Amino acid sequence: MQMFNTIKLSKGGMSLGLVSSGVIVLLVLSFLVPLVVDLDPYRLSDNLRASIGLWNGSGPVLGTDDLGRDVLARLVYGARNSVGIGLAVVLVSMSVGVPLGLFAGVYGGWIDKIIMRVTGILMTLPNILLAIVIVSVLGAGLLTAMCAATVVAIPGFIHIVRSISALEMKRQYVHAARTSGDSTLRILWTEVLPNCWVPIVAQATLGFGAAILNIAALDFLGLGAKPPMAEWGAMLADARPFIESNPNLIVLPGLSLAATILGFTLLGDSLQQWLNPRTGVHQ
Amino acid sequence: MFKLGSLTTTLLGISLIAFFAIRLVPGDPVVLMIGERGADPEQYREAVTRLGLDKPVLWQYTSFLGRAVQGDLGTSISSGREVSTELLARWPATLELGAAALLLAVLVGVPIGVVAAIYRDTLIDRLLTACSLAGYSTPNFWLGLLLILLFSVALNLLPVSGRLDTAFDVSNVTGFMLVDTLLPAARARYGLFAFYSALHHLVLPTVTMATIPIAVFARMTRASMVEVLSEDYILAARARGLSPVRIIGLHALRNALLPIIVVIGLHFLNVAIAGAIMTETIFGWPGIGSYIVSSVYARDYPVIQGSILVIGVVVILTNGAVDVLSRLANPRMR
Repeated sequence: MQMFNTIKLSKGGMSLGLVSSGVIVLLVLSFLVPLVVDLDPYRLSDNLRASIGLWNGSGPVLGTDDLGRDVLARLVYGARNSVGIGLAVVLVSMSVGVPLGLFAGVYGGWIDKIIMRVTGILMTLPNILLAIVIVSVLGAGLLTAMCAATVVAIPGFIHIVRSISALEMKRQYVHAARTSGDSTLRILWTEVLPNCWVPIVAQATLGFGAAILNIAALDFLGLGAKPPMAEWGAMLADARPFIESNPNLIVLPGLSLAATILGFTLLGDSLQQWLNPRTGVHQ
Repeated sequence: MFKLGSLTTTLLGISLIAFFAIRLVPGDPVVLMIGERGADPEQYREAVTRLGLDKPVLWQYTSFLGRAVQGDLGTSISSGREVSTELLARWPATLELGAAALLLAVLVGVPIGVVAAIYRDTLIDRLLTACSLAGYSTPNFWLGLLLILLFSVALNLLPVSGRLDTAFDVSNVTGFMLVDTLLPAARARYGLFAFYSALHHLVLPTVTMATIPIAVFARMTRASMVEVLSEDYILAARARGLSPVRIIGLHALRNALLPIIVVIGLHFLNVAIAGAIMTETIFGWPGIGSYIVSSVYARDYPVIQGSILVIGVVVILTNGAVDVLSRLANPRMR
């Protein structure tokens, strides 16, 4: 997703920012709404045949799925699950990728060579292929799908942190710290890391969207979350047989997924643009 | 000039992943490689010696590598056929879809980028940018389902899956359906109808797979064009009174496209294979992507192993070729 960072933030950037913050407000609401309204994504309806379909004036607002479960409730809980999953994937991949990137950038030499070579190997295979291979080795399930999404996300953090910390190491203040007798580890902690935080946050935001997408793709293939968990990718897969009779079961989960990914892409994108030295806003 | 060393280590790394992935799977590797059905004691012992599982791991790895170099990727558990034969039979379908998607992505993405750059910071630019971002953020498996919903279910215009209508019986010569249906034998039987059917089947998967590359190419082209349009020689050309069409077509586009060609080469294969996995699964397209997914369902580990290796090699070689080409095309990079 970093390929979008070379474009200058246009005036339209403000409205794009509004879109992304709107999506995030929706996600926050998905945590608050169930506290107020009675939503149950797992309750089966008593009369299945009568309950499939759109809203008919009473009952669930967005209708029910093939098992008579409330679609709105499943969408809302799907949002909660996606946020939780995305957050876990981003935090773990960040806590692995950032130190590795720092070591590669700060120490250089053979440490750098080894870390970057391994990262390069991981990045050769397309993300989704690598994720599928990992899941096929570890066995299908939500946890293994999350592991796969984490492994796939790590190289992005390593790359961004390494390139910034390698640049920072050439700065005068690092030389000054070294002359005053600071150890490399101390320089890493007090001089280099603070300069990496904002790009890390930008990468994490982009990674959040990518993680949600990868997990949804694995769920869609039936390699992730197990039923009856409310998850957008799995909802899409479940809805495929009903594409003719009940298209809203296809449209709604996908729309939620796309909007969330768009929101995080926009947010990460504008964060990166804001930081991009070429635009001259920062640095 | 050619980063041969780095290519070789990456290749070795991929082969290590392919080799050791199977050994991380819980369970007996022999049973994993020959399947539950073939596990009677005699076949078991035969497999142990054939796979060299009684020898040291290093020996196993080098012999795996040696056999892979000779094109022997083992035998599929589910079909009992050579993995290399199976993969070879499925490449044309993936390549056909990938080539169609690449063509569409270049034909749509590059002009969008050029127009956005010319009308930079106007409403047109912002609209195109928003569209490409939306396209970039749309999960391709959902887009595929939406296209099926619209064009197959609602409008009944295009087929849902497969490469050719079952009414046609076209012999598989090249594996490329668009070529096979145009060969004299097929032409004699069906005229151009088989070709039209193949084209029909290609539309939805191509659009599904091309959407993300379109967005990427559009934004890349825009960025490159914006940079080139601010160069002095464009100003000079404008001062000389050349027509805008001439300036953009002859002076700007040529210089702006070079970095884009590199991007197209570098990212396309990655995007194509990643896209192929989801797109082929949705549209029942009999290529590498759907083959990998069904092998994962069937726990057909030799196939998964072989696919990783083959895709790794293809990606690495393409990256190398793009690298060489871009250096040849741009003397400044030499």
